[in-house]
Amino acid sequence: MYPEEFRYSKDHEWIRADGELGRLGITDYAQKQLGDVVFLELPDVGRTLAAGERFGTVESVKAVSELFSPVAGEVVEVNSALASKPEVVNQDPHGEAWMIVVRVADPSSLDGLMDAKSYAAFVEGEGR
Amino acid sequence: MVPFGGWEMPVEYSGLIAEHMAVREKAGLFDVSHMGELELEGEGALAFLQRVTANHVGKLVPGQAQYSALPNPQGCPVDDVIVYRRAEDRFLVVVNAANVENDFAWLQAQEPAGCTLRNRSDDFALLALQGPRAEQVLRGLTGTDLSSLGFYRFAEGEVAGHPAIVARTGYTGEDGFELFVAPDAAEAVWTALLEAGKDAGLVPAGLGARDTLRLEARMLLYGNDMDETTTLVEAGLGWIVSVDDAKGDFNGRAVLAEQKANGAPRRLVGFEVVGRGIARHGYPVSLGDEAIGEVTSGSYAPFLHRNIGLCYLPATRAAVGTDFDVEVRGRRVPARVVPTPFYKRPR
Repeated sequence: MYPEEFRYSKDHEWIRADGELGRLGITDYAQKQLGDVVFLELPDVGRTLAAGERFGTVESVKAVSELFSPVAGEVVEVNSALASKPEVVNQDPHGEAWMIVVRVADPSSLDGLMDAKSYAAFVEGEGR
Repeated sequence: MVPFGGWEMPVEYSGLIAEHMAVREKAGLFDVSHMGELELEGEGALAFLQRVTANHVGKLVPGQAQYSALPNPQGCPVDDVIVYRRAEDRFLVVVNAANVENDFAWLQAQEPAGCTLRNRSDDFALLALQGPRAEQVLRGLTGTDLSSLGFYRFAEGEVAGHPAIVARTGYTGEDGFELFVAPDAAEAVWTALLEAGKDAGLVPAGLGARDTLRLEARMLLYGNDMDETTTLVEAGLGWIVSVDDAKGDFNGRAVLAEQKANGAPRRLVGFEVVGRGIARHGYPVSLGDEAIGEVTSGSYAPFLHRNIGLCYLPATRAAVGTDFDVEVRGRRVPARVVPTPFYKRPR
């Protein structure tokens, strides 16, 4: 369910590290909680994010959810295609629905995030 | 599941947008048993209802229903209701879940004479079968002649072998029926309907789709779009206010008759967000630099693929085409007054 090579935050974001770059999105659990996603607000390329900083918004018909960056870094790429097809967030949250790529300020900061197994246990706890 | 008016209600089953589209194109089934039912019975029932409702109850024949409201002396609704005339001297008033106790107390305080007021809410479950294929689905399960049952008409019959009031009413902007059954029959009727509707594409639908469907059709939600501070004329409900002599005086008549004739100072309008953003209930609204109020209802509209909403504007600045701003989390997003209903079903 949750890819082994990703790391996960308590705010239900995932990050996939590739060298100094990290690709971010929201988890399958998050999209299920939201329901049909119809709107996204993403940052501009070049913005510098602190760890835990709000970088955008994802909205379903019924709910508004803020997006928080699990790591500090600079936004180097934005998935602008999502704006015109937000439903991809429901269809492929861990793949095509990636949201931004950041140049991670401190790669060791990923060590503080959950691995797939811990995250699965974490969401199971939330569901109760 | 979410709490709503003291009930636990499912927001969605298969997905809000899928349910919304099913109701627009095929059919959906809602459990709206949370709605309250107040009964008035006795020779004085008609005269009493004329005094406490806005619409002309005398126009109803047995088997006919009417959208109406219980105005306060200021012409503002204590609740919006549907009045069903079951017999010459017997009426069922369907009220909002959150208002059952309040409405009952309000009506009792109006001193019903020559009739008995009873809260029958626990005696009815209510299922709403809505959508263009609703009649086709229901046909095989009832002896009631649906083809001759007009809009806002009802019949006392049965559904799937259980006694039922079959009413051609709803809150979605589609053709459809609301079925009043005994609570212990509700599950069997629900299951029978879903089974009968399988091939027609009938799906269970939740509170989420109910809200987006009603908004596209510009049907108002009590507590959001109107309350005890908004007059019926301001809310655009002048059409349920009867100033007919035969109806006589009723709560709020003076204010409402004056506003019907000369207009109200503000008006509930429909708008479309023209910038990027979804307007939601409670978001601030401004005209130029002037804060005007709040969005009363707002959502992405799944059938229309637009972001729509309702809000009150000063009557002099409420014309279709008027531009204003909605504040979406600190950001001003342009919106424009558009004609309503946003959605009207093809006939």
